[in-house]
Amino acid sequence: MATATYDKIATTTLGSAASSITFSSIAASWTDLRLVFVGNSSAASRYLVLQFNGDSTTNYSMTYMVGDGTTAASSGRTSDTSLYTNNYGGSSTTIPQFITADIFSYAGSTYKTVLCTTSSDKNGTGNTDTVVGLWRNTSAITSVSMQYLTIGSNINTGTTATLYGIKAA
Amino acid sequence: MASTYTLISSQVLASSASSVTFSAIPATYTDLVLRCSIRDTNTGALIGSTTVTFNADTSAIYSVTKLIGNGSTASSSRQSGVASWSENYNGSNAGVTTNTFSSIEIYIPNYTSTTSKSFSQFAATENNAASSGTEIDAWAHLYRNTSAISSIEIAAYANFQTASSFYLYGISNA
Repeated sequence: MATATYDKIATTTLGSAASSITFSSIAASWTDLRLVFVGNSSAASRYLVLQFNGDSTTNYSMTYMVGDGTTAASSGRTSDTSLYTNNYGGSSTTIPQFITADIFSYAGSTYKTVLCTTSSDKNGTGNTDTVVGLWRNTSAITSVSMQYLTIGSNINTGTTATLYGIKAA
Repeated sequence: MASTYTLISSQVLASSASSVTFSAIPATYTDLVLRCSIRDTNTGALIGSTTVTFNADTSAIYSVTKLIGNGSTASSSRQSGVASWSENYNGSNAGVTTNTFSSIEIYIPNYTSTTSKSFSQFAATENNAASSGTEIDAWAHLYRNTSAISSIEIAAYANFQTASSFYLYGISNA
C-alpha cells in the first residue's frame, strides 16, 4: 500500500474571536509543514505574522513581491520579532484572506526557510503577495503561532487554520 | 491515518475540446486544488486566455488582483465585478514553441463555506522563444457567492489542444 504523504496534523475553526492561534507539540515525523489559513481580523489593514517555538527575538526576516492591482513591487524586512506573511495592504474585517505558509525541513538543524502566499482580493482593492521568510534558529519547530499585527486586533470568528505535514519518506 | 489529498476527477484530452467541466463536486472535502497543463489551438496570440466559472454562475461577482512577470517587467492589474475569471496560457501561435504547455494551479480553500471564496492561482508559461510568450502569474481571486462550489467549467479561447490535462483534487482536514 502506498504511504500517505500529506497528513493533517491539526486544525482550528474559531468559534469566537481570538488574539492568536497556536499549534503546539508538533512531532518531527514529517519533512515539511504547510499552514493553510482562511480568515480575517477585527481591525482592517493588519498583517498576519507567525512565530515559531514562542521565539519573539529578532530572528525573523522576509523578502516579498506584491501586486496591488496597479503596481508590482518588491521589498523586505529584517530582524523582526515575528515573520510577516505579507506586508502590503493587509487584512479586511469581512472578506477572508487566503494565506499559505510552506515551512521546509522544519525539523532540521539549520535555519528555516518559509514560502508564504497571500491572496487578498477585495473586489476593487486588495493584493497578491509572495514572500520568502527566514527564521534564524537551528532548533526543530515544535509550535507555530499566528496573530494579526498590530497587537490588539483579533482573529475573527469563523477563521480556519490547518497545519499539514508532508512526508518525504 | 486517513488520506487527506485525494484525486476527485481528471480529464486528459484525447482530442481537442472547447471546454472541460467538473460537475457534481462532493462537499466532503475542505479545499479543492485544480492542476492543469494546457495549450490552446488559437493562432491569434502568443498567450491566450480562457474563462472559468463556478456553478455556471455568470453574474458579475468575480474579481482578481494580478501579479505578472513576463521576462522583461513585473506588473499588476485588476478586474473587478466581472462575470467570470480568466487564466493566461500558451496559444498555438507560430511564435510559440511546439509542445509547450502552460502549468496552472488553482487552490480554493473552504469551497463549501457560506462566505465569499478567496482563492489563489499560480501559473507558468515558458517556451524558450525570443518572441516572448512567457509569463509567470500569482493571482488573488474573490468569488462573492455564499453557495458551495459544486462545479467548475474551464472554457478555452478556441479549443484546448489534445493532451491538455486537468486534475481536480480534494483536501480534507477532517
